[in-house]
Amino acid sequence: MEAFTVQKGIVAPMDRANVDTDLIIPKQFLKSIKRTGFGPNLFDTLRYMDEGQPGMDNSNRPLNTDFPLNQKRYQGASILLARENFGCGSSREHAPWALLDYGIRVIIAPSFADIFFNNCFKNGMLPIVQPGEVVAALFAEMYAAPGYTLEIDLESEQIKKPSGEILSFQVDPFRKHCLLNGLDDIGLTLEKKDAIFAYEAERRKITPWLFS
Amino acid sequence: MAGKTLYDKLWEAHLVEERPDGTSLIYIDRHLLHEVTSPQAFEGLRLQGRKPWKPKANLATPDHNVPTLLAERSSGIEGIKDPISRLQVQTLNENCRLFDIREFGMGDERQGIVHVMGPEQGVTLPGMTIVCGDSHTSTHGALGALAQGIGTSEVEHVLATQCLLQKKMKNMLIKVEGELGPGVTAKDLILYIIGQIGTAGGTGYTIEFGGSTIRSLSMEGRMTICNMAIEAGARAGLVAVDEKTLAYVENKPFAPKGEMWEQAKAYWQQLVSDDDAEFDKVINIDATVIEPQVSWGTSPEMVTGVTGIVPDPEKAKTETQAEGITSALKYMGLKAGEKITDIKLDRVFIGSCTNSRIEDLRAAAEVVKGHKVAATIKQAMVVPGSGLVKKQAEQEGLDTVFKEAGFEWREPGCSMCLAMNDDKLGKGEHCASTSNRNFEGRQGFGGRTHLVSPLMAACAAIAGHFVDIRTWEGEK
Ligand code: SF4
Repeated sequence: MEAFTVQKGIVAPMDRANVDTDLIIPKQFLKSIKRTGFGPNLFDTLRYMDEGQPGMDNSNRPLNTDFPLNQKRYQGASILLARENFGCGSSREHAPWALLDYGIRVIIAPSFADIFFNNCFKNGMLPIVQPGEVVAALFAEMYAAPGYTLEIDLESEQIKKPSGEILSFQVDPFRKHCLLNGLDDIGLTLEKKDAIFAYEAERRKITPWLFS
Repeated sequence: MAGKTLYDKLWEAHLVEERPDGTSLIYIDRHLLHEVTSPQAFEGLRLQGRKPWKPKANLATPDHNVPTLLAERSSGIEGIKDPISRLQVQTLNENCRLFDIREFGMGDERQGIVHVMGPEQGVTLPGMTIVCGDSHTSTHGALGALAQGIGTSEVEHVLATQCLLQKKMKNMLIKVEGELGPGVTAKDLILYIIGQIGTAGGTGYTIEFGGSTIRSLSMEGRMTICNMAIEAGARAGLVAVDEKTLAYVENKPFAPKGEMWEQAKAYWQQLVSDDDAEFDKVINIDATVIEPQVSWGTSPEMVTGVTGIVPDPEKAKTETQAEGITSALKYMGLKAGEKITDIKLDRVFIGSCTNSRIEDLRAAAEVVKGHKVAATIKQAMVVPGSGLVKKQAEQEGLDTVFKEAGFEWREPGCSMCLAMNDDKLGKGEHCASTSNRNFEGRQGFGGRTHLVSPLMAACAAIAGHFVDIRTWEGEK
């Protein structure tokens, strides 16, 4: 996993509540057995006018020019600004994979669905929760200033605005540690091998049917 | 000291280690796998040279992507026409072989939607921690198990370590009292609850469903309830163990037998919340006021009673809600104030891990019997949840009832619930569906899903539009 320290980049909007994982990456793309290559189909139904299929040449497809990610001012965005309950729906990790493959590493929203939130950290992405008013203000500032950028500093848990104003956010200490160092949590858990063996030995006595 | 909730008990029994910040290592008893969310996890294992910690804790079955037409099914994996789907099903098969994991493959009568197969086989049991790379894993909570959906990185983590890293959720109790009216089912109850608390209402919580109404539901009804805990935002839903739970589990193929059964039974009987347990949040629901439900929008919380109307965005409480309603109505092609019973339908889908068990099919067949699907309905299909559900239904003659009425009778799988295979809606088509998600495009590009119970789907198929099952007399 790629370490996450500081991310400075253009902010793009996903201006609606309850964005579900079907919207982030439609199911036909879930047939892939890879982790990469989902970027061109991120928000497929909103981004294009036709129905996308795996294996299609996306460069020839008709674009929905009203969709922000198709507009020049948001090109190269690495930070997504979103509304309540972002990432609800299925557990598909293809959703964060698609965002990451597109280039998004930070998502700022008033709230996230649990599984999606969790999946982001496993992929070196940072979901940031900010109060609804703060997010609303960020939307307004972003719309008013083409090329609007933010700088996210994970170590100090700060968002720096172009004006120099600073917002703070919070991340779980353990998740922060893993993100900052790009740690693979399977490796970390395997260091606890003995504790897992000890647990199994104990459980075997209480619930033997689970070990037969 | 306050007593413990069922969730507290399940959590504590599986805690391997807790870090100072609360991040914990939780032991996983059962891991279910399917073709869509596992290939990248197996690939990860391979790249790191890792092996499954406990191969026997895992069980796989292909479900999301398998064709449901007999003609395409009968020649096995090779017969899957779509090469990308075929490769995915093949990959699961090969990974299971390589990593020594048991699989109920496409030709096995035990194959089915992973959440139908698990309880049916006794592969998922009370008191277990259960995970699967699928959010509807919450279904198994109906057995008094801590069951939750996980992402693919976690699938890999569980394969390699038999553990999951997470923080404990908060406790919520949804207490339902009173009798459900005739024609009102577990599905209507859970849709109603989601309508009340919203799709983020349970975020951060494990929801225990309790009260006399829940106790009076069958095990399959409880599965329907827990299945949609995730639509209420909760990763896990729970129902306490009672006599019904034990009766259901007894003699299931993978359930403990003999002396081990007695021992397990004694252990499982403790799996209830203590009387003095404290919940972080309690929500009371009166079951007697609930009508058959129909979703009208693009989120499961956009739901109303069958006698209701499509809401008006101008009357919404917040601006975000108003925008949500406006965009949902546009997508759904509906107008504010329109009667639910005036919504005309193009297709009907009875199936999915929410409502494809034998009781669901029996209930739907009862309604359909002796009637014909309306001429205006392009397609009405029944997709049993597993090969064994299908077999049972056929033994009872339900397939004949459906076919005579004009329904298609399919092979088991997820099918039109998420439309990864050929079973899907056309653009703008309205579908009465017994599944769990009505997101934009969920059942096909531009498709319009209305979530309902099997009873409501069945009578809608006959009438061609929604009707109130409680007053419907049928059209011969
Ligand atoms: S039936 Fe639908 S909701 Fe259930 S596991 Fe399959 S795709 Fe998911």
